[in-house]
Amino acid sequence: MKSSNKLRVPAVGKIPPVRVELLREQELRRIVDTVLRLAKTIGVEETEVHVDEVADALTRFANNAIHQNVAEQGLTVSIRTMADGRTARATTNRVDEDSLRSAIEVSLSMAASQPKNPGLLAMPGRQKYRRMNRFIKQTAAITPGDRAQAVRRACDLAIKHGQVAAGIFSTGQSQTAIGNSRGLFASYRETHAELSITMQEKPAASWAKANSADVRKFEPQKLAERASEKAHLAVEPRELPPGRYTVILEPAAVLDLVGFLFYDFAATALQDKRSCLNERMGTQLFGKNISIYDDAYHPLQLGAPFDGEGMPRQKVHLVDRGVPKNLVYSRSSANLAGKKPTGHGFTLPNEYGEAPMNLVFSGGDSSLEKMIASTDRGLLVTRLWYIREVDPYEKIMTGMTRDGLFLVENGRVVSTARNFRFNQSLLEMLRNVEALGPAGRATGEEAFEMVVPAMKVSDFHFSEVTKF
Amino acid sequence: MWDLCTRSLETARLRGATYADVRVMHQRQRDLTTKNGKVGTLAQSESIGLGIRVLANGAWGFASTDRLTRAGVEGCAAQAVAIAKASATAKRHDVAMVDEQPYIDSWQSPFRKDPFEIPLETQLALLLAADAEMRRVKGVTLTETDMQFRKTDSWFASSIGSRIHQRKVTSGCGIVATCFKGEEIQKRSYPNSFGGQHALQGYELIESLELVKNAAVIAEECVALHGAAQCPEKKGTLILGGSQLGLQIHESVGHPIELDRVLGEEANFAGTSFLTLDQVNNLKYASDIVNVVADARVEHGQGLGTFAYDDEGVPAQCTSIIQEGQFRGYLSNRETARLIGLDRSSGTMRTEGWNRLPIIRMTNVSLLPGNWDYDALIESTEDGILMETNRSWSIDDRRYQFQFSTEIGWEIKGGKKVRMLKNPSYSGITTEFWNSCDAICNAEYWTLWGTPNCGKGQPMQTMGTGHGASPSRFRNIHIGAAFSDR
Repeated sequence: MKSSNKLRVPAVGKIPPVRVELLREQELRRIVDTVLRLAKTIGVEETEVHVDEVADALTRFANNAIHQNVAEQGLTVSIRTMADGRTARATTNRVDEDSLRSAIEVSLSMAASQPKNPGLLAMPGRQKYRRMNRFIKQTAAITPGDRAQAVRRACDLAIKHGQVAAGIFSTGQSQTAIGNSRGLFASYRETHAELSITMQEKPAASWAKANSADVRKFEPQKLAERASEKAHLAVEPRELPPGRYTVILEPAAVLDLVGFLFYDFAATALQDKRSCLNERMGTQLFGKNISIYDDAYHPLQLGAPFDGEGMPRQKVHLVDRGVPKNLVYSRSSANLAGKKPTGHGFTLPNEYGEAPMNLVFSGGDSSLEKMIASTDRGLLVTRLWYIREVDPYEKIMTGMTRDGLFLVENGRVVSTARNFRFNQSLLEMLRNVEALGPAGRATGEEAFEMVVPAMKVSDFHFSEVTKF
Repeated sequence: MWDLCTRSLETARLRGATYADVRVMHQRQRDLTTKNGKVGTLAQSESIGLGIRVLANGAWGFASTDRLTRAGVEGCAAQAVAIAKASATAKRHDVAMVDEQPYIDSWQSPFRKDPFEIPLETQLALLLAADAEMRRVKGVTLTETDMQFRKTDSWFASSIGSRIHQRKVTSGCGIVATCFKGEEIQKRSYPNSFGGQHALQGYELIESLELVKNAAVIAEECVALHGAAQCPEKKGTLILGGSQLGLQIHESVGHPIELDRVLGEEANFAGTSFLTLDQVNNLKYASDIVNVVADARVEHGQGLGTFAYDDEGVPAQCTSIIQEGQFRGYLSNRETARLIGLDRSSGTMRTEGWNRLPIIRMTNVSLLPGNWDYDALIESTEDGILMETNRSWSIDDRRYQFQFSTEIGWEIKGGKKVRMLKNPSYSGITTEFWNSCDAICNAEYWTLWGTPNCGKGQPMQTMGTGHGASPSRFRNIHIGAAFSDR
């Protein structure tokens, strides 16, 4: 299937650049104003408009070559109308006046089809927002040729080491605007760049990934080198017996696990009695070395400074030294609980309420190297895979290790191990954290990006082993 | 729409593409949910756009746009060619594909009642009635219901001359009762978990499922689970209900037979497969009574994997995957079929929408019915556990080791269901599991289940797949590992 190890390389400079520009803010505002004007003409009581635009590109490679390479551009207008205690949403990607008017009418018609909801709140008025600059022109300017060049270098490295590279390099820009008939208006734009690379050295593999608004914040070739080195270390795995082990979880592994915890910090989840925090708020649920915030303004975070109703996001101290202290609130759940909204609501109407989406852990002063050096016997975990919830109240999660599981003995990595299945309570895990590294922006595959540290955790439960 | 297709194909050709295919898609979706007797989500959306895939300099490029003007589609096609030329700077061989005929056709999926023509009041009234029935059961702390409808028109054209229009209508619904008590949350769903049952049908699917009639049953079971015994950990006999077996097929047969995985194209994200090319016609995948097909044809049933043509312009087919226990074949496209020396694609290229590249996806990957009557299967089981309705699912990235848990279990002793079990789970190695199958229920108990939430690809695409299954029995299975340490 593979004809040659030598790449045929036309000069990148001959490839014409492909550039896509987002609409300017005043153009977004004009779409919002058009919808509000049309709705007023129709006689709608209250109207909310979301305008979302993306221009993304993703270069995908496998078997040391690009095999998929895509770009998309699109804009949607989503309209929520309210009348007589009823609300509904209609969304279209056509922005001519007839299509917008039709969407308003669909929304109105849907709203009228349901029973009145006495708890439905009027839309919020104008709000104040913090300005943030997360639109990096160097990221927006990246071309298919730029991505191909970085991919080619990573593939060359793989070939040099007798390995096989696979992964993605994506870049893009997006923006969102929200306005309503009570005068609220907010907009936000950002860029994003991501590189994920798997290096395979049969039968082993390892992996590295980075994500940032600023493509200059990570070096593709360094990620490729890291994955390549770990893949080489991962050949000839030993089969170890299942059981409880001390584990050193790299940040991506921490992220993908704890990502399943945070929907439980939604006030609506507690009101619905589906949160593991029911009857546990204010208790010493985790170790005293665990403190967690939700902070959309943290320098390593991305995302808009407002929620689905246009409320400004607040910084919320979720866990203070192991004690769950605060929840996040939409306007509706705040109203029910007698609290102030924290700016974490989803777009309405919905049944889930809200969630923290910009998580920041307080880290520690350890490091992966120190954690390894302090471990008599344990496992270093690169990445986890296919994590699912087994028990919603004890927060038992199952999943697999993947792409690099290493045995640590007497303070050093001594071999690689076959991948394990785990069945582990997150509550127990966060009580058993022995050491934390500094928190950094991490990215995985199961959860959204967070600012998390590496963790050394005792008594992590591996229940079964697989064949590789 | 054909004008847009023609214009983009012509632009791609002029820019240097040696092959191109284009999809204009118009997608409509309606979502309804209730929670605790109140309307939750009430939303409708439509989206229309164009995506074009091109081969230039021997490599692929894809671009999409919602700007359906002359300038918009020409710019999109030119962008796709530029991207392909960038891809070519990091290629290792020129892309080649097996031949396929051009087709000119129009097809509409069969349905009796267009769900978009049914009044919303009717749809909401049904959900609210089921919601109310669940809330009548004391101890239930959360009730949820949902309905989802989709109507998709796609216009496919390719540079080999195909012009195919397809209209597909899908419907789905489900209800869930949850009970929080003490230090435990238990849940029961009908007719399946994670959104219920979904099929390539109209509103007649919703009416056939009898949500209200089944609401009290699952609510009572949900409450009763709190007083049920914990599922033990042991090696023993397992009987799986049809919907759970459908997901077992999805994860441990459907994904490993995707040829893009086998060839390493998903190594970074979705993973690879233990089904290396040397296994075809050599691997004893399952016991002799196991027959699995991947069948996208409407005669197999109206599943989420049913269509007339895939999104590469290849007609729907039935492919033998496991025949009397022997592994027979893969899910392929025109490119991967060529790579492994097949004559033809098995027709499994599917896209989530106009802004996504078609990739190899499951169609309806189904376990064919066996000979057993359900009652006879239970009566012939001396000691076993029946598990129904998925609660969690997980499998490794080469599809060997899996663990599933279900919402409810039943202990079978002496051929009878003797008591309810909570927190049931089972785990194993794929081929060992399928080789332990000793009984499959007959066609009377066979349902083509819909999995509406299969994620794959980068950017991520969510796809609906179908899985026909009837209750089946497996011997010597590791039961209860998920809670073994507690």
